[in-house]
Amino acid sequence: MRPGSISQHVITVLVEDKPGVLARISSMFARRGFNIHSLAVGPTADASLSRMTVVVDGPEMEQIIKQLYKLVNTVKVTEHPMGSAVEREVLLARINAEPSRRGEILDAARIFEARAVDVGKNTITFELSGEPGKLSDFLELMAPYGIVDLVKSGRIALGRDPKSKNGFRPQLRTA
Amino acid sequence: MSETLTGAQALIRALEHEGVDIVFGMPGGAILPAYDPLLDSPIRHVLVRHEQGAGHMASGYAHATGRVGVALVTSGPAATNLITPLQDAYMDSIPVVAITGQVAQTSIGMDAFQEAHTWGISMPCTKHNYLLTDVNEIPDVIREAFHLAATGRPGPVLVDIPKDLLVETMTWHRPGEINLPGYKPSVKGHPKQVQTAVEMINASERPVLYAGGGIIRANAADRLRRFAEVANLPTVTTLMGRGGIPDSHPLALGMPGMHGTYTAIMAMQRSDLLVTIGARFDDRVTGKVDAFAPDAKVIHVDVDPAEISKVRFADVPIVGDAGAVLEQLVFAMEHLLDTKPAPERREWFDTIHTWQEEHPLAYDQDPDGPIQQQYVIQELHRITGGDAIVVAGVGQHQMWASQFWGFERPRTWINSGGLGTMGYAIPAAVGAKAGAPDQLVVAFDGDGSFQMTMQELVTAAVEKINVKIFVLNNQWLGMVKQWQRLFYNERYSATDLSSGLPDFVGLAEAMGCAGLRADHPSDVAPTIEKALSINDRPVVVEFRCDPDAMVFPMVPAGGSNDDVVERVEDLA
Repeated sequence: MRPGSISQHVITVLVEDKPGVLARISSMFARRGFNIHSLAVGPTADASLSRMTVVVDGPEMEQIIKQLYKLVNTVKVTEHPMGSAVEREVLLARINAEPSRRGEILDAARIFEARAVDVGKNTITFELSGEPGKLSDFLELMAPYGIVDLVKSGRIALGRDPKSKNGFRPQLRTA
Repeated sequence: MSETLTGAQALIRALEHEGVDIVFGMPGGAILPAYDPLLDSPIRHVLVRHEQGAGHMASGYAHATGRVGVALVTSGPAATNLITPLQDAYMDSIPVVAITGQVAQTSIGMDAFQEAHTWGISMPCTKHNYLLTDVNEIPDVIREAFHLAATGRPGPVLVDIPKDLLVETMTWHRPGEINLPGYKPSVKGHPKQVQTAVEMINASERPVLYAGGGIIRANAADRLRRFAEVANLPTVTTLMGRGGIPDSHPLALGMPGMHGTYTAIMAMQRSDLLVTIGARFDDRVTGKVDAFAPDAKVIHVDVDPAEISKVRFADVPIVGDAGAVLEQLVFAMEHLLDTKPAPERREWFDTIHTWQEEHPLAYDQDPDGPIQQQYVIQELHRITGGDAIVVAGVGQHQMWASQFWGFERPRTWINSGGLGTMGYAIPAAVGAKAGAPDQLVVAFDGDGSFQMTMQELVTAAVEKINVKIFVLNNQWLGMVKQWQRLFYNERYSATDLSSGLPDFVGLAEAMGCAGLRADHPSDVAPTIEKALSINDRPVVVEFRCDPDAMVFPMVPAGGSNDDVVERVEDLA
């Protein structure tokens, strides 16, 4: 499924940073039959809390959000409708790159501001972060060369400053 | 003054602080340290024969008393034996705290003797659970566990304690303030929603008050009745909500659902407004959801927001404690009725009364035929005046008990509703009687259900917890047989429990109980009288019942409630 498609929802879950809290969340999703597309966890500015970004497949979020709130360690759940949050993914992709094609591959990568982080005899590994759509576009462009290996982080999201509405979005300058 | 205690001592101290008077359990390696200070504690320990019994006893205790029931067992197999009762308590929102021993922290993950990943296994069947890693956590975690079990939507909480923590020492401190930033259950309902609700109720022509187990859990039966009267609402009580309004009350329609009364089922089907309080639109109530109460709008009051609009969209959602919201509803309704007349709803009540007259619960007791299970239930009710706590296992006998016992008070009906746990009756009855020793505690059990947990009768006999178990023996897994008869062309696969075995009277006596038997309808009343007169030990009475009796009314599984069937001839 293409990222950002209509049946994908992005929710962030602020949880108490307690042992096993990730297991609680994923167990609840499994038990209730909800589908996780991706899940990323990390610390927040408050050391007692962690933030999870969950991308969920499914038409309806109300029950998922309520079930998340039902977990004792869940402090806050926020659903991010399309465009209301800054969303990012990171990928590392090893691309087939015979010496003769290096130049054109690097040129293409430059358009996306992808960084070459490892170069081998016949491959280049790129690092790219950005909106999920941008990562997909990059991979589409690289596919003909041959993607030897690929790893993507789960999506992370942070709601936009409510005061800025959808006005100022400097990140949209790039592809 | 600081006092040094072992973790084990701190655990028992913490339980005492919670006002625990009884724990149900069985010792074993990992929990062993906790059993030593128990000897010096005023807390009574009831030694079970199987850990599943401890869990159901804690549940029966909680049902009967409204207090948190406690089970104390060791690691590994003991903890896994508790899983069924935990899930049972989770489904029925019963406040239970389970304390399990765990192997020492250095052994966790090493596949040590009697190690199981109790925390992980119990996660989806508890409201919350803990694996302790520091002896100093004990007082606060026990405080939290009891708080979580008893408040909001009640439920089971498990605390897993590695053995090394029970042996380590700590400086005792009284538990501090509870700090659960993610747990703040609502109590009062939103006043605007309450106002919308009463206006909607007053405008309704065919309302039904749909009351569930939340009424019992919230100790709100008195307020439910008051509200039903003030708002003039015919009231159904679900399997978990029986006793929420007296069955003798003119507004009471009995139980809805798959084996509910015709009137309760049809009233919901034809209703234009379901005033739902502490109920969850269980599939056994709704039948086919798309065909359930098609013309009804829904007011849904529940302490658990996740129940609202889970199955059926709620036009007016109200999150709050059933008792608190009922108080608000009564107040708002009385206020509204100062200015607006209460609708009489004569047509609606006429329809309901016609259903009640034309479609009563019925069975035939041939004076020379086999004993009908319903007859035993009615005779026991007649002889006791209904003044008893009634417990049931799971199956036909459970449905008949719910149908034919007139429940007048809350906390007098204890059964496994959500999970449908066969074997629930005996241990739950023992737990109930332990918690309410001055009340008569009777259990109706099936011969199948009985054989799943009967060893707890030894516990009852040894502990002098004198329950009375009425086995309605039809020699079959009756409910399954009923389905095979109706839906599998009478092909009875694996439902014949082999007539004549076991010898229930002999079994009862071997386990230290009195054993009685009735074979003929004329024996029923005298045998009940005799059972009630024996009060120095538990009693088991076997009634040899009709092996072909079926539970009606019945809504065939997956069918619409409109297709409720009252006798076998009506099934095409």
